[in-house]
Amino acid sequence: MNRPALRLAVAPVLLFLALPILLIVIVSFSSASYLTFPPPGFGLRWYRVYFSSADWLVPTWLSLAIGAAVVALATTLGTLAALGLDRLPRAARGAVAALVLSPMIVPGIVVAIGVYYAFARYGLIGTPLGLVLAHTCLAVPFVVTSVSASLAGFDRRLEQAARSLGATPWGAFRQVTLPLIRSGILIGALFAFITSFDELIVALFLSGSGAITLPRRMWDDLRFAIDPTIAAVSTLIILLTAVLLGGAHLLRVRSGRANGR
Amino acid sequence: MSAGTPRLPLPLPAWAAKRTKVGARGSILAEHSGQFLLVAPLVLYMLVFYAAPVLAMLARSVIDPHPTLHNFARLSHDAVFFHVFANTVLTAVIVTAGALSLGYPVALALSRMRGTAATVTLIIVLLPFWTSVLVRSYAWMVLLGRHGLINEALRAAGVIDTPLRLLNTAFAVDLAMIHILLPYMILPIAGVLRQLDPALPRAAAGLGATPWGTFRQVVLPLSMPGVIAGTLLVFVLSLGFYITPALVGGPRDMMLSQLIAQQVDLLNWPYAACLSATLLLATLALLGLCQALPGVRGALRPAIR
Repeated sequence: MNRPALRLAVAPVLLFLALPILLIVIVSFSSASYLTFPPPGFGLRWYRVYFSSADWLVPTWLSLAIGAAVVALATTLGTLAALGLDRLPRAARGAVAALVLSPMIVPGIVVAIGVYYAFARYGLIGTPLGLVLAHTCLAVPFVVTSVSASLAGFDRRLEQAARSLGATPWGAFRQVTLPLIRSGILIGALFAFITSFDELIVALFLSGSGAITLPRRMWDDLRFAIDPTIAAVSTLIILLTAVLLGGAHLLRVRSGRANGR
Repeated sequence: MSAGTPRLPLPLPAWAAKRTKVGARGSILAEHSGQFLLVAPLVLYMLVFYAAPVLAMLARSVIDPHPTLHNFARLSHDAVFFHVFANTVLTAVIVTAGALSLGYPVALALSRMRGTAATVTLIIVLLPFWTSVLVRSYAWMVLLGRHGLINEALRAAGVIDTPLRLLNTAFAVDLAMIHILLPYMILPIAGVLRQLDPALPRAAAGLGATPWGTFRQVVLPLSMPGVIAGTLLVFVLSLGFYITPALVGGPRDMMLSQLIAQQVDLLNWPYAACLSATLLLATLALLGLCQALPGVRGALRPAIR
């Protein structure tokens, strides 16, 4: 296919991808008291509503806190596992990878009602702990894949050299391995955070009435009225996601350069 | 050696390591004990908080109230299940076809771009990829609503007098799902196309092929692993969609995930477990098929972020 024809086919699709998101950003600055397009005027009215309402801020802080706990748990478990996974016997590696990566493909509703079914017996419904435990399962695959990817470019003989020069196993890990896989760990942590922060299906079942996360709060709102506050919240989420993704991209570029790739 | 290996002697050379493997059966375990210790916490965690809960829930389909396959047998003449299942598969087919026809040209363009244009295009593809499904579904509610952008634009242009019913229809679900799943189609295809040896299309052109002929006879066949990977991925993900159809769909075009959630709300666990098992088996079977096809396995990788 030649270039002009291709460009003609591609431009509308890119517009289709970007337009709904741009629209949300525009609507969030609307001055109207109800949802209408185009907005009659612009202002920060809906951001003011968001930042002055405990109904929105409490779930926001809860989501941020849950995300932080998930990052800590998933990054620790995932990084350790990726370090071991790399050198397990083939069969064991396949089995572990299948278990650990499966949350990426098992339908969300199946995971959600499974943990709901089990967690209900232990009084974990409506608690932040229940959400942290379940979100960690969903976030761990991103840490494992990203740390594994950074280990793939890592020459294990460097560690052996450090050991033969008298480093303790921990010393060799901290001074040789860790600096080289640090960006892989950080990228995994960023994706773990986004996964937990955006998660809705599990939250619908586990939030109960005591642990309403931000997506859950948006969902409840959308069922009744769609006022532009949600557009303001969405814009802030889009901004946060973009900043985190930009961070992950910079990390990737920098580690690529450091490894001479 | 890694942090979990206590006081082991210096790593053995390869020939010595090989020799220890021939020895007693326990020696492989001993040799890898450090690695097993590193992996164990996560495996334990996933078994306790993920695998066991999901399996215990699925087990309700065959042990409720006593060991039986009755629940599955009942599915085969359950009109509600058939209606929902047919709607789910139909939606998945439409969404996959839509994503493939819109996504292939973008993947092709993306694989040919260099520099700033490539970066900008990639950002346009990736930003929605990582924007929450909830936010994107909300965007479609704003676009398609009674006073949404499309209705207002059509009315301003004098095409319609009364607003069209766009939201809460099957059409809205298809459109929003194509929007959400497009990147899953674009990334594997672009990944395969980028690996394609640029000498091949040039050789075809040099031998007198038209641009369209080069595309049809060289580029398209070689990109098939990416096409199959993207198609299966989008299809499988469509089958399990919940949030988007719940927000922009109508009450009559329910998808499988919605039926499962509804049955859980009614505390009808055996039926919900049965439906979950069906959805999970369909998902795993299709992905297993995908892994078995040559070349497709590698093409899936870039899509899994």
